Amino acid sequence: MILLRRIWDHDLAWSFRRSPVTVVAAALTVICVGAALLAPWASPQDPFDMAALNLSDAFTPPAWEDKGMASYPLGTDNQGRDILSTIMHGARISLGVGIAAVLFALVLGVSLGLLSGYLGGRVDAVIMRIADVQLSFPAILIALLIDGFARVALPGDRHDELAIPVLVLAIGFAGWVQYARTVRGSTMVEKEKEYVQAARVIGRRPLAIMLSHVLPNVTGPVLVIGTIHIATAIITEATLSFLGVGVPATRPSLGTLIRIGNEFLYSGEWWITVFPGLALVVLVLSVNLLGDWLRDALNPKLR
Amino acid sequence: MPLLKLERVSRDFDVSPPWLNRVLDHEPRRILRAVDQVSLDIDKGETVGLVGESGCGKSTVARLIVGLYAPTEGRIEYRGRRLQMIFQDPYASLNPRWRVHDIVAEPIRFLGTPQKVEELLRQVGLSPDDGEKYPHEFSGGQRQRISIARALAGEPDFLVCDEPTSALDVSVQAQILNLMSDLQRRLGLTYLFISHNLAVVSQVADRVGVMYLGRIVELAPAAQLFSRPRHPYTRMLLDAVPDLGMSGRPRTPVRGEVPNPLAPPSGCTFHPRCPHANERCRREVPAFIDGVACHAVLEGRI
Ligand SMILES: Nc1ncnc2c1ncn2[C@@H]1O[C@H](COP(=O)(O)OP(=O)(O)O)[C@@H](O)[C@H]1O
Ligand code: SF4
Ligand SMILES: [Mg+2]
Repeated sequence: MILLRRIWDHDLAWSFRRSPVTVVAAALTVICVGAALLAPWASPQDPFDMAALNLSDAFTPPAWEDKGMASYPLGTDNQGRDILSTIMHGARISLGVGIAAVLFALVLGVSLGLLSGYLGGRVDAVIMRIADVQLSFPAILIALLIDGFARVALPGDRHDELAIPVLVLAIGFAGWVQYARTVRGSTMVEKEKEYVQAARVIGRRPLAIMLSHVLPNVTGPVLVIGTIHIATAIITEATLSFLGVGVPATRPSLGTLIRIGNEFLYSGEWWITVFPGLALVVLVLSVNLLGDWLRDALNPKLR
Repeated sequence: MPLLKLERVSRDFDVSPPWLNRVLDHEPRRILRAVDQVSLDIDKGETVGLVGESGCGKSTVARLIVGLYAPTEGRIEYRGRRLQMIFQDPYASLNPRWRVHDIVAEPIRFLGTPQKVEELLRQVGLSPDDGEKYPHEFSGGQRQRISIARALAGEPDFLVCDEPTSALDVSVQAQILNLMSDLQRRLGLTYLFISHNLAVVSQVADRVGVMYLGRIVELAPAAQLFSRPRHPYTRMLLDAVPDLGMSGRPRTPVRGEVPNPLAPPSGCTFHPRCPHANERCRREVPAFIDGVACHAVLEGRI
């Protein structure tokens, strides 16, 4: 109870309550994430269970249209899969890939940024030149390159199995630079502070100082970048999947659903692509708004 | 045998612009000599003060002694058990994300000393319960006490104090100075006490070194230095403080500016500000003889 009270009174909570947009964004994020997490149990249908599908129900429009059916609130696709269920499962994969990619980028970027900023000299020069070069390519291109390389390197049957981990690495690798640059900058400031010198006088090793002293003091901006990056990573994944190089069609993400639905857009079955598209927009937009709010709330100077 | 011996210690910093800019602008390397040929002996149990205007290299000497910087030239010999350091900025010297208990416990854990955090906090005048708090919950003076407790946790016999009271209010300064001399008596500590404030140094130091642009220009027992300063720079510093030594003298502010350390004046680097400078001063670096580095003093002119 006291803990709840303290959370409620905290500066962050206060700035949260003052921003209606953020409250709406948070609510939408919770709904999206909740629907995604609970998909296997809460979705009306298991879209991956071939036996549960009824081909004669294919192309059913949303429930409120003339030929709609109450059991398929958002209609069905060409195989008779319930759109709402595929969206819930697709969001699960999109979110999973996005979050995993962000975690990978975060760990890689924070580690390299710490090393770069703390050690300086050649290590710093090499890491930062790599970052410069990488930044001159769009993230999507880097992810495409890595994904394409993995496709060539891995035998066909292994590829489908490893498609999701490869995608996570590709998207994550395309995004480490931002973390590294931010952490490097704050590390260079922190390492000159006297508490770091005090630790050196005691005789602590550079790695110990980086992890136990510097790291806790440079994580603030990382959380903000991470939140906003989740939205970007989901978009990147959706783009790759839309282009057909992302997740395998047997485990469709929101991007895959949009691509599949796109084929039927001009024959009038708009719902197959529009609803996954809307879900993607809502998910990305609300995560993004949350990230923006977090950035402003943690650093009033940026406003 | 002195506890600590600095023998002609120098330290250079490379302050050149980055390699590419340097090549493009045809600029040479730029080397800043922050400490120049400093020799100093410190005996067990004494307090040596180091004074001088900001930027003269005091902190660099401190960092050389505790090993944060390696000397570019010269030798540092330390025959004691362990050195620890107390820093100037009470807000930057404690990790804001660590509880006080963990801050004070770090040397104990890492160096394996048999100290107790609660006991250390009590020794510096804090309550053992303060260990649960974070640094931001304390005032500047209390934070400096925490810094002292952390230093003591390493069981040092030598404490390098780099302007430990410069960031504090005058009343708090006195408390911290009292605590430090108390601890010195009880634990037999040796201090190098750095300050730009002569009044503070005159209270604590047995001997005082005066630094100018990286060099020690005068070194003498405190009583002697404050009553009969010899080097013109020491005199200028003392003239700016009315109630020290030479009673009756009017207070005159410090004249001139510290020159750019990247392009120090020729000969005696103090000559552009010195009322006794002559041709020899502009040409020849005065040797440090008998506690002072000044041509005029050695020639008997002043
Ligand atoms: N790490 C460093 N890199 C470059 N220059 C430095 C560094 N540390 C000190 N200096 C320079 O050395 C000179 C002496 O500095 P410092 O020892 O901090 O003086 P003080 O403590 O007496 O104010 C100054 O000119 C300062 O700019
Ligand atoms: S050597 Fe000359 S310039 Fe330097 S302090 Fe002495 S008198 Fe002044
Ligand atoms: Mg200093």
